[in-house]
Order: sequence, then C-alpha cells, then structure tokens
Amino acid sequence: MKLFTHIGRYFLMLQRIFEKFTKWSILKKLILTDIDTLIIRSMGIVSFISFFVGGVVAIQTALNMENPLLPRNLMGFATRQSVILEFAPTFISVIMAGKVGSYITSSIGTMRVTEQIDALEVMGINTYNYLIFPKIVALLFYPFVITIAMFLGVFGGYVACVYGGFSSSEEFIEGIQMDFIPFHVTYSFVKTFLFALLLATIPSYHGYFLKGGALDVGKASTTSFVWTSVAIIVVNYIITQILLT
Amino acid sequence: MIQASKIYKSFKDTPVLKDVSASFDKGKTNLIIGQSGSGKTVFLKCLLGLHGIDQGSISYDGTELDKMTPQERIQLRQDIGMVFQGSALFDSMSVEENIMFPMQMLTNKSEGEIRDRANTVINRVNLIDANTKLPSEISGGMQKRVAIARAIVMNPKYLFCDEPNSGLDPKTSIIIDNLIQEITEEYQITTVINTHDMNSVMEIGQKIIFLENGTKAWEGDKEEIFSTDNKSVSDFVYSSKLFKRVRTAYLNKRKD
Repeated sequence: MKLFTHIGRYFLMLQRIFEKFTKWSILKKLILTDIDTLIIRSMGIVSFISFFVGGVVAIQTALNMENPLLPRNLMGFATRQSVILEFAPTFISVIMAGKVGSYITSSIGTMRVTEQIDALEVMGINTYNYLIFPKIVALLFYPFVITIAMFLGVFGGYVACVYGGFSSSEEFIEGIQMDFIPFHVTYSFVKTFLFALLLATIPSYHGYFLKGGALDVGKASTTSFVWTSVAIIVVNYIITQILLT
Repeated sequence: MIQASKIYKSFKDTPVLKDVSASFDKGKTNLIIGQSGSGKTVFLKCLLGLHGIDQGSISYDGTELDKMTPQERIQLRQDIGMVFQGSALFDSMSVEENIMFPMQMLTNKSEGEIRDRANTVINRVNLIDANTKLPSEISGGMQKRVAIARAIVMNPKYLFCDEPNSGLDPKTSIIIDNLIQEITEEYQITTVINTHDMNSVMEIGQKIIFLENGTKAWEGDKEEIFSTDNKSVSDFVYSSKLFKRVRTAYLNKRKD
C-alpha cells in the first residue's frame, strides 16, 4: 500500500514540476550548473569504466572461442553488441544512479532538513520546478555520456584484443562492422533517454520528501540508489520486450 | 494584522492544534511561547500557509488565506519575510547573493537596483565585510543577521521568526532581538516570533501568546507575565531560579 502512495506522490511531483516556471535568467544558471555537476563531472568515471569493461568483454569473448571454426572477427562483433545494447546504456546508468543519484538526493535532502526548501516556499517559489526541472534538462545531455561510453567500450575491446594478441586489428574492425543493425542504436538511445528521466526524478523525489536529519540524508541516498537501479532494470526489461521482440 | 480563528490541525490522528485563536498586531513584536512540542512551529507554519488547517480561518489584513485568489497569494508571499530557526541560508550562495535572491526571483528590477537594495539592508543589520563570504564562513550570529536581511529585503508587511535565538549566546541573542524589534517598529511590520527563550520574552514581548498542548493557555505582554497567576505560564517562564528571583524582585518592587 505504501508503495502505491509513493508512486502516486512521485507522479504528482512530476506534474508540479511543470506548473509554475522559475524566471529564465535564474533557471539558465541552475541548468548550466547542473550540466557541469551531473554530466561533465561524470565523464571521468564513465570513460574509465567503459574502456576497461569493454576490454574485459572482448577478452572474455576471446577466451570462450576455443573452436577454430569460429571466425576471429566475432570478438569485435560480440564486443560491439554487448557494449551498445546493454553495457553502455544500462550498466553505466546503474553506476550513475550511485554517483549522480546520491548527489541529487543528498543535495535536495540537505536543503529539506536545513529548511532551505521551506524558505523557497515562503517566497512563493515553485520548489519542484526550481529544484528538479534543471536536473531533468541537464540529464537530457545524458545520451552524450552514453555515446562516449559506447565508443570507449568498443575501443577498450579493440585495444585488449589487438594488443593482447587475441585478434588482428582488421579482424576486430571487420567484426565491429559485421551485421550492423542501426535500430539497435535507436533502441539504446530510447533506453538512455528514459533512464535519464529516472536518474533525474527518482533521486529528486527521495531528497524532496525526506524527513528527519543528517542521518536520514544518508539513508535516503542509499534508498534512492536502490530504487533508481530497480526502476532502470524494470524499464530496461519492458523496453527490450517492446522494441526488440 | 494577522488573525487566526479557531484553528484545528492534526497529523494523521494526532491533534496538534486545538481551537487556537490569536491576533498579531501591526508594528509590534508578537511572541508565541510554549514548551517544545506545544505546537508553536506547527502554528507558525499554519499561519504561513505551509501547513493546511483542518478547521478555522487565518486572515491577513482582513483577507482570508483560504479565499485568496492565486494572484493574491503570490502577492502575499512577497509581503512575507521569514527567519528560520537554522537561518536556512542557501549554502552555495554568498551572503550578498542570499540577500539578493528574493528580489531576483520575484521582481523585475535591474541588477544594479537589486544590489543597491541588498546593500541597504546589509548596512541596516550591521553586516560588515561579509558580502562575498559563504554562510559556512560566518558565525551563527552573522547568519541570523543575513537571514533577517533576506527576510526584510522585499519590504515585507509581515515578518515571521522561528526561534531566532536558538544556538546564540545571550549577548548576541539580545542584539538579534533588539534588531528585530527596531525593524518591526521602523517599518511597521506585523512580526510573529516563535520562541522559548525567556530573555526574548522579557526583552521584546509586546504581545505574548502561550501555547500548551496545542491550545492557547494565556495571552498578555511582558509586564503582565510578571504578575500572572496562570500556573502553566508561571511554571514555564519561571522554571529557572534566575527568573524566579527576577520575578520576586519585580513583584516586591511593585509592592513598595
């Protein structure tokens, strides 16, 4: 029953975000700050993880190809498919639920416990719009992060395969280009867009409706990570079922 | 003037305010006092419209809060200044930015006009050399001054203060109390202060409302509180030996 209350309140929150807009001059600054905090400052960890996980995917594929009849370009193919379809959009989004989600929950939650949100409300400001809308706009740039994750994942696979002696450069590149279905990229970006909305709104919900003190900010960050991850996994399943079957 | 009539408020099934009626006068420091958990903060938030009420009515200068049009509510919000218990300053903004913020959000004035007005109130609350500092870089007393400056920057008609002295030393508390009273009288603001600081009661209690278990148990001013025979008020206000002595000395002096 409590779950339905949360879901209902979450959708009411989404509605209120768009009810009364903050002045554009203020909103612009908030959006730019959030793009820097949520997107630009996530690039380092996303790049690092993408490169090395791409490499691991390629090596594991290579090690499971003992049959000499299997073409060597399969490594490039498998790496591309894994990275584009699942690793970059979903795996990175779960990591971002930890990094960006915790940041959003704790920053809004701290504002709640220190009465900063009450101060905004007393001034007659739509706090939903002021606090959450800039994060939604900032995370619309999230597909760019995933594009870079895709590139670096495949590149990591290339480096691991070629310099690890598992395949030649030509074979890997041939594998990357083999049986390419452009719709897979579309599917991946549809997922990414939905994950971006979840990444912006679920942690905001947990921060905005937080009750208690400093300890509860920590608890809410953890809860927010768990529920954002659950939502990402469920939406991933539903979208895959709808778009790929 | 703010008028609250027969206010009832409960959370789930727990009643917090029961039949509370009170009026808060213009140009006066109106104090709401009471023990922790007596419903002071809830009452203040009901007056502000941050909490809805179950029964009763709240009116600002004769206009009922519940019957206001959205436009009237927006205007009312601009007429209200609030000093929160923990100051509630925006961490990421400097002192000056904090004070300028309400004007940037709610008016169409130019940056220069806003900065001029901010500097006027900064001088009024005696904040010296703090414009570019972050709230975390200044003392609790200075944070309160910034909060007061932010609350009065829009020339409010109504000023609400929730425990403005909490966490401050007695000397700074008196400075803050006097500042609030001066501003109230100077700008003829209706000021409502939530406190359980007895120094404030004695210093600036031009009108005092005592809440006990969610009901109004007493009303008077700082002179009347000395001679009241209401046991709840006496037990609360004169709970410390110091205040008991002060009261005895006051009453003896009056007899003489």
